[in-house]
Amino acid sequence: MDENATARLKKTASNWTLNVALFVAMAIICLPGLWIVLNSLRPTVEIMAKPPIWIPQSLSFDAYVAMFSGIGEGGIPVISYFRNSVIIAVTSTIISLAIGMSGGYAFARYRFKGKGGWFLGLMLTRAVPGIALSLPLFFLYARVGLIDTHAGMILAYTALNVPFTIWLIDGFFRQVPRDLAEAAQIDGCTRWQAFWQVEFPLARPGIASAGIFAFLTSWNEFALASQLTRSTDSKTLPVGLLDYTAEFTIDWRGMCALAVVMIIPALILTYAVQKHLVSGLTTGAIKG
Amino acid sequence: MATLTLSQLDKNYGAFHAVKGIDLDVADGEFVALVGPSGCGKSTTLRMIAGLEDITGGDIRIGDRVVNDLAPRARNISMVFQSYALYPHMTVGENMGFTLKIAGRDKAEIDAAVAEAARALEITQLLDRRPAQLSGGQRQRVAMGRAIVRDPDVFLFDEPLSNLDAKLRGQMRTEIKQLHARLKATVVYVTHDQVEAMTLADRIVIMKDGNIEQVGTPDEVFNQPASQFVAGFIGSPPMNMADAVTTATGLRFANGLELPMPPGFNVAEGRKVVFGLRPDDLYPEGHGIHSEGGHAVTTMDLTVDLSEPLGNETLLFVDLADKRFTGRMLNPRRVTPGEVMTFHLDLSNAHLFDADSGLSLRGA
Ligand SMILES: Nc1ncnc2c1ncn2[C@@H]1O[C@H](COP(=O)(O)OP(=O)(O)OP(=O)(O)O)[C@@H](O)[C@H]1O
Ligand SMILES: [Mg+2]
Repeated sequence: MDENATARLKKTASNWTLNVALFVAMAIICLPGLWIVLNSLRPTVEIMAKPPIWIPQSLSFDAYVAMFSGIGEGGIPVISYFRNSVIIAVTSTIISLAIGMSGGYAFARYRFKGKGGWFLGLMLTRAVPGIALSLPLFFLYARVGLIDTHAGMILAYTALNVPFTIWLIDGFFRQVPRDLAEAAQIDGCTRWQAFWQVEFPLARPGIASAGIFAFLTSWNEFALASQLTRSTDSKTLPVGLLDYTAEFTIDWRGMCALAVVMIIPALILTYAVQKHLVSGLTTGAIKG
Repeated sequence: MATLTLSQLDKNYGAFHAVKGIDLDVADGEFVALVGPSGCGKSTTLRMIAGLEDITGGDIRIGDRVVNDLAPRARNISMVFQSYALYPHMTVGENMGFTLKIAGRDKAEIDAAVAEAARALEITQLLDRRPAQLSGGQRQRVAMGRAIVRDPDVFLFDEPLSNLDAKLRGQMRTEIKQLHARLKATVVYVTHDQVEAMTLADRIVIMKDGNIEQVGTPDEVFNQPASQFVAGFIGSPPMNMADAVTTATGLRFANGLELPMPPGFNVAEGRKVVFGLRPDDLYPEGHGIHSEGGHAVTTMDLTVDLSEPLGNETLLFVDLADKRFTGRMLNPRRVTPGEVMTFHLDLSNAHLFDADSGLSLRGA
């Protein structure tokens, strides 16, 4: 066999190895999700069976039907939870993005006193686990009447997300050459227009990533929400999961069904935003 | 188009004095090149004119308007950046039309203006591409196109050709020259390529450490450099220089060599000077050109240390007054190192500078 044929064979072999490895990795990543979907469709006996039953024997949408039927018939106030989750997650994401963009831009573009310190401080707040804050936050909120309100949850999640959004967006604005905004100003833009016409579109992948991250954090957060919410006024979906635990039993099927309901909007959002995630938009701005 | 006037223009970065009160008048339609070593304040000056940098003191006038505190967009200038600064998320056409779009012009008018500029720069076929899909030279054209579409009072260029290879640079230089002739635009052009400055500019401004050393036509700064710095900066290879002391009849160098006083200089005896002679004025017998008059040619035998053949000419390095002098040999023949040749020194083009101040002693 000549060298070229060997090389070609090697290439094919390594391609296949890569594909198999990818498949295994994806299977491991996706399995829990698929398991949840599967479990939401079958009876508890089957879920709890030992050894596990891999091939489902009876499938039904009972859990979903029950979830949306009224309280008392096995239902939970899922609509309220959903509404709360959406309001809280969307609002806190928008605020986090607004602050993240202003802050990230400031860190990327301006020199000011104590810049390094501020930045480090922001990052350090990320080092504190959210759960450690839940008790102090609970007392504070109880005093000012923010327990069990949308505003309280929005505030908490915004605080949680802002350091990260600033950090991420700062990195993306740094990649946008300063010359571009200057060129735009010479071309007739105000500082503000230059930002929206040139710098913002180029940093959009970073802003979109930060947005997804902030949304998912708020959407999925459980620890703080379980402390700071009380009723259908503000309980979010993750906290709603607890409705399926009774004193001695856990309705695994119902829980899995609610989990699926939770995952769907997150999937849709991620899918919708991902086209903005294309990177490398700044290539070609300057000589290279 | 308009005039541009800088008076006592000052820039401090904290304690660092980057531009030290410079004065400059640029006439309507004039092409002025700003040259000088790295860090001398060329870009800073240009950016102050553009309004991208606050000025610490002095005045900038465009036409009869003082623009000191106006935003860049209110100054009606265009700038071509060294990096080109094309907007990567817009096509070439959108890049060029951006300024008109911001100004709120209608689409037909924008398209017409872009098409015309594109035709002038021969980039019509590129209008739908993104900057990332262009070569360096094409990006350069687009950047110029964008500047033209704006139809500004003053064009500012900050080393626009420095990212191109030598051949393309030569080509773009010619195009910029033609463009200027056609648009009759007022241009301030920063470069540290003196060939660009010499070929393009009506007048050259040589800067050093935030000061202007000399302003003059290419001919003036080459033939009558105001200072040792300008003499060394303009011309390639650079002017040969050696310390000397004036005597009753001429110059004496440290190693005892004596030369007659170059014509045009009348310096008192015993003064410390720097003698300057361009490579063109130091050549082997029969391989150079006398200046008109040619009455001040001194002849001496010198040993060639090294030669650099360039094809149409050969640079010869010789030892003169304990300094390595460069000579230029036209119609070159092969020269072997160590060869002794008879050289002519055309002193009618020689220069003398004061050893302390570095200023030219011409007419002193
Ligand atoms: N933002 C700044 N802060 C402090 N010093 C600065 C700043 N910008 C420029 N300088 C200094 O001002 C001086 C002039 O800079 P400038 O960019 O005008 O140089 P230049 O002549 O354009 O040089 P080059 O040929 O390398 O582009 C330099 O010494 C530089 O270090
Ligand atoms: Mg510069």
